Amino acid sequence: MNRLLAATLLSLVSSPVLACDAVQLGTIEVEQAWSRASIGTSRPGVVYLTIRNAGTEDDALVSIDTPISGMPMLHETVVTDGIASMPHAMEVPVPADATVALEPGGYHGMLMDLTQVLKEGESFPVTLTFRNAGEVTVPVSVQGVGATDAGCSENNG
Amino acid sequence: MRLTRLQKALWVAAGLAIVAFGVLVTIMNRAPEPAAQASFRPTFSLPDAEGRLRTAAEFEGKHLLVFFGFTNCPDVCPTTLSEVGQVMDDLGDEAEEVQPLFISIDPERDRELGLAEYTNAFHPAILGLAGDQAQTRAAADSFHIYYEREDTADASGEYSMSHSPALYLVGPEGDWLRQFTYGTPASDIVSDLQSRL
Ligand SMILES: [Cu+2]
Repeated sequence: MNRLLAATLLSLVSSPVLACDAVQLGTIEVEQAWSRASIGTSRPGVVYLTIRNAGTEDDALVSIDTPISGMPMLHETVVTDGIASMPHAMEVPVPADATVALEPGGYHGMLMDLTQVLKEGESFPVTLTFRNAGEVTVPVSVQGVGATDAGCSENNG
Repeated sequence: MRLTRLQKALWVAAGLAIVAFGVLVTIMNRAPEPAAQASFRPTFSLPDAEGRLRTAAEFEGKHLLVFFGFTNCPDVCPTTLSEVGQVMDDLGDEAEEVQPLFISIDPERDRELGLAEYTNAFHPAILGLAGDQAQTRAAADSFHIYYEREDTADASGEYSMSHSPALYLVGPEGDWLRQFTYGTPASDIVSDLQSRL
């Protein structure tokens, strides 16, 4: 059912600007969801986004799902003693009254087994599951292969 | 001044302690991270995407901006390579004096996936090199850098690589000049290069 909804949403979403707008789920707000264009489908893709928890209770992002990946996971890039590695993250804590970013060099959604080529300017849906707040599907805008942010202007974000 | 035997012994002990301390400090400073003042010449002999063997010697006269990575890396590597592309664009005419290198630490898979199309996506000036295991390890050792394969816990057969994510600058005479740690803004790298070119 989710997949179907997501697929419908995918066909509706065409403007990357949408990803700059916040999507609300209770006291959780998700915005600036973006990815990078892929070269083919044999390398993993990535998802970055910003989560704001305006509530008074701690929450956590526990999983991600998307029709464009056969194996989406949460990862965290950690640099220890000058060595970068990318362990699986069981969850991304989203404390009360805090903003948490999945961003280059930190937490990211890792999209293994891409089912389609990610093209710059297009969008795809990602469903986020929070421990307390539940599920929300957000549009992810595909930026260039060398993008380093969502491409939203400050006032937009 | 006359010293008693005990005083002499104490002075000798103090002297030995100072020497021992100096040795200890020297050993501790010999970390895997290249020390800023240490001068060494990294070398490599690695095939490019077309299979031609490329060596450090052929780039004499140019500055080398070297990154060790793997093309299956969705987070750290694209961020750094796009920065390298930005640096090359911002250098303008002076970019001719700089050769950016992407040395694969996962060479077999990277050759299969396509090395040139990956580096070209970030900047056409970036030269991708992917050797065999021995050539790769030798290149990494000569840059004093670390990498290792990380297999995932599940049975998926997926694996990732842990690696030193910095950019390394080699001078026109082939000597190691400095590193730019992961996340150094392109503008900082550009101004450092401009001061040398
Ligand atoms: Cu990852």
